[in-house]
Amino acid sequence: MKLNPVRRKRLTLALIIVVGVGVAVGLTLYALKQNINLFYSPSQIVAGEAPLQRSIRVGGLVVPGSVQREPNSLGVVFTLTDTAQQIQVRYTGILPDLFREGQGIIAHGRLVAGGVVQADEVLAKHDENYMPPEVADSLKQAGVWRQFKQQP
Amino acid sequence: MTHAVPVPHSFYRLASPHYFYEQSGRLLPWLAAVTLVLFLTGLVWGLAFAPADYQQGNGFRIMYVHVPAAVFSMSVYVAMAVAGGIGLIWRLKVAAMVARSCAPIGAAFTFLALVTGSLWGKPMWGAWWVWDARLTSELILLFLYLGYMALQEAIEERDTADRASAVLALVGLINIPIIHYSVEWWYTLHQGATILKLGRPSIAPAMLWPLLVMLAAYGLLALLVVLLRTRNEVLERKLNI
Amino acid sequence: MGGYAFYVWTAYCLTVAVLGGAVLLPLLRYRRLRREAARRERREQRQTEVRNR
Repeated sequence: MKLNPVRRKRLTLALIIVVGVGVAVGLTLYALKQNINLFYSPSQIVAGEAPLQRSIRVGGLVVPGSVQREPNSLGVVFTLTDTAQQIQVRYTGILPDLFREGQGIIAHGRLVAGGVVQADEVLAKHDENYMPPEVADSLKQAGVWRQFKQQP
Repeated sequence: MTHAVPVPHSFYRLASPHYFYEQSGRLLPWLAAVTLVLFLTGLVWGLAFAPADYQQGNGFRIMYVHVPAAVFSMSVYVAMAVAGGIGLIWRLKVAAMVARSCAPIGAAFTFLALVTGSLWGKPMWGAWWVWDARLTSELILLFLYLGYMALQEAIEERDTADRASAVLALVGLINIPIIHYSVEWWYTLHQGATILKLGRPSIAPAMLWPLLVMLAAYGLLALLVVLLRTRNEVLERKLNI
Repeated sequence: MGGYAFYVWTAYCLTVAVLGGAVLLPLLRYRRLRREAARRERREQRQTEVRNR
């Protein structure tokens, strides 16, 4: 196949684009797999499956009544549960608006001795339910709240 | 490649660029008017009249510009790939023109979905960006659109450019189900489906209505832009530009 | 807006700007193309007139 220089240049560019997209997809999937490997539940941490002093992610629900804020600083300590086991999380900084007791969160940080996670980032997960506050109140009063809010 | 595949009968008339130009010209004013009315209605309704959310307060209002952008970033991509495929198989000029016209508005929707999502994620999740499956696959969608447009620009010869980019669009289709199911397949910060799920949508009707209006507005806007661009393509071909 | 004003307004304004631009660009292109078409038509007409004279 004979190609003039302009055509060859264009074809090379096109190939680079296609290969580039392919590599990006491959790397992303690889990164996602790594991310998922670094994700631990409180049960796995209690069972000793998570490495010490390595960057990990923990996800779970904030135990109601467990949030203790340190006076005069942004420090906070709370308990995280996956309904089977519980671990302690320490964090210093501003918490996201959706951080509240009973809420699902993800903490990035390190596991330090004593089964405590020292977090440097706390992210809140929200569910797919949207309603005005009055509706939420009446659902709670009617006692159908649990069944409506199925997912953690 | 030869004309081995017969052209279905219904394609004959629309396949003529001239006929397409005439018909779309008649439709355009109405389409533009309805789109504008729906868009303004949805914007005001979502900003001012929909009730605040029990958890996210007024912050959830970003939903009304985020969700339609995300939904149509994917729909427009499917339309682009299908039109490209039709152009590839039946050698229909209009189909290739439509495919080419889909890319810019699709890229704009994808960009808006990413940025408004970021603006929603910062206050709610606590981060502008996380490398989780939903966000990453949507970012790949943006790269697919940009790659498609770059490929169109890179190849001088129109038919070759259309054929090459149609193949890229068809291969990239695999990303669409990945985006949609990412929130179920992987553990992500992104919420699951609110409307498109089995059973009732889990959103109060007073909040759902403005969202449906915005979805209609975005869909019609996409159609409007694709028609405008395809008409330009027809003119350019006639003028040999 | 309960502290969300910045995020909500930025999202809405950006959306209006980007989508407005998405509609405006092909419209401007259309105007240029129509002008070019009219220009060529006039030129052709002049040429036929010259030939018929």
